[in-house]
Amino acid sequence: MTLLAAEGVRKHFGEHQVLTGVDLSIEAGQVVCLIGASGSGKSTLLRCLNLLETLDDGTLWFDGRDISDPRVDADEVRRDIGMVFQAYNLFPHLSVLDNITLAPRRLRGLSRTAAHEYAYEQLTRFGLADKARAHPDSLSGGQQQRVALVQAMAMSPRVLLLDEVTSALDPELVGEVLDAVRMLADEGLTVVMATHEMTFARDVADRVVYLHEGSVLEEGPAASVLGNPSHERTRSFLSRFLRG
Amino acid sequence: MSVPAVWTASDTQLERLARRRRKARRRTLVSGVSTAVVIAVLVTVVLTSPGWDRVQETYFDWGQAQASLPAILRGFGVTVQVFLVAEALILVVALVVAIVRVLPFPGLAPLKLLAVVYTDVSRGTPTLLVVYLVGFGLPALELQGIPGDPFWLAVIALTFSYGGYVSEVFRAGITSVHPSQWAGGRSLGLSYGQTLRLIVVPQGIRRVLPPLVNDFASLQKDTALIAVLGVAEAFQRAQVEQLREFNYTPLVVAAIGYIVLTVPFARLTDHLALRLARRDQGLT
Repeated sequence: MTLLAAEGVRKHFGEHQVLTGVDLSIEAGQVVCLIGASGSGKSTLLRCLNLLETLDDGTLWFDGRDISDPRVDADEVRRDIGMVFQAYNLFPHLSVLDNITLAPRRLRGLSRTAAHEYAYEQLTRFGLADKARAHPDSLSGGQQQRVALVQAMAMSPRVLLLDEVTSALDPELVGEVLDAVRMLADEGLTVVMATHEMTFARDVADRVVYLHEGSVLEEGPAASVLGNPSHERTRSFLSRFLRG
Repeated sequence: MSVPAVWTASDTQLERLARRRRKARRRTLVSGVSTAVVIAVLVTVVLTSPGWDRVQETYFDWGQAQASLPAILRGFGVTVQVFLVAEALILVVALVVAIVRVLPFPGLAPLKLLAVVYTDVSRGTPTLLVVYLVGFGLPALELQGIPGDPFWLAVIALTFSYGGYVSEVFRAGITSVHPSQWAGGRSLGLSYGQTLRLIVVPQGIRRVLPPLVNDFASLQKDTALIAVLGVAEAFQRAQVEQLREFNYTPLVVAAIGYIVLTVPFARLTDHLALRLARRDQGLT
């Protein structure tokens, strides 16, 4: 079943055409990795999928419903589409616990007790139980990103969008965040992840999508796109990573 | 690798410590001596000035000070009341004005224009003029519901005058919050209003606490301006006391009172600024 799809999605900022007609469809339960050079439109595509940007053209489908229709209540749609950014989407004035429980309490009508119970359970699962009362600034980058994952998951989204969640981290912290993503993926969560972590994409992704200058140049099973790309551009892009 | 609980400092380290101690002692000495010299010079200049005897008599008369103190203290009671009521109202008015100016909704254009005009007018008009205009102008309109009590007229005047300043402080704070915080809130499904109220405004206010407290220290002093309306606050009382004996000592007493009230604000500002600076460097 297709959970989330983009059809001919276009988006420009000023003179710059960032997305030049993206077609993409994501099956429920799949992990899809978006790869491509900086500026290829990965982040913009994710922001469009979460309705944080308005489209210039094209259509977005979520669970069979056109969510790019201006009559759609974007706030309501976003409750079901979780997102974690490269960095800094935790709220520094709130404790870890409040960061996690804020949205479900306000939007899902969860009681304080139920929200706290859930938060502690999830924090424990992600090895952060002792950080509940801490403020985000006092956590390491890796811990912050794991809290951000718990925060996004607290709304029980049907799909999780991850925008280069490890790009701002020190190399030794990347692994703990990727492990957390893998844990969620293993539970059957639908994940769309913009990333430069090719090893992770190869091991965890069901499909890999290569974006080039704002559109999908190549996509398919991880093994074939990463292992045996059919486009010269994909090959040269990947070779830069394999060399590094 | 474990650090031994006890170690003996190396000779190099001992020498460094000794040198630092010597340096610190020298600094204390220099600052102590220079401060003492400056104060001594100032005191000598004032005390040996030709008019000192008369100044002492008119401004620093101990008997006058004692006599005027009870009335002036009662005045400070009123000062603090005016200040507290005005401060509460200013916070509300300023936050509303700041938020109206920040909101992007086109339907709010008339309100936004009003907010901009208000900020410009209130910041551009000397507080003393506002006190006169509100204090004598408003009652002259003879509208129903306009308070005739000078206390409330004074509160209205101060709120009008300071609301503009404080709203600009709030606005600066709100707009300084990084756009990623908006994205963070909206991506969870929070509405624009919820993100503003629960995420952006609290962070913005926290950031501008030092200048905010500074404005209140300033308001504390400007309450003296409402003396022209005949509100029996500290400065007005001091004037009455001064006229009784044609001696200026009560004004000095009032001045000391204002300083005593304002110093805690100054220390609070320092404390908040330091805390924010520490937090920005991740030291908390």
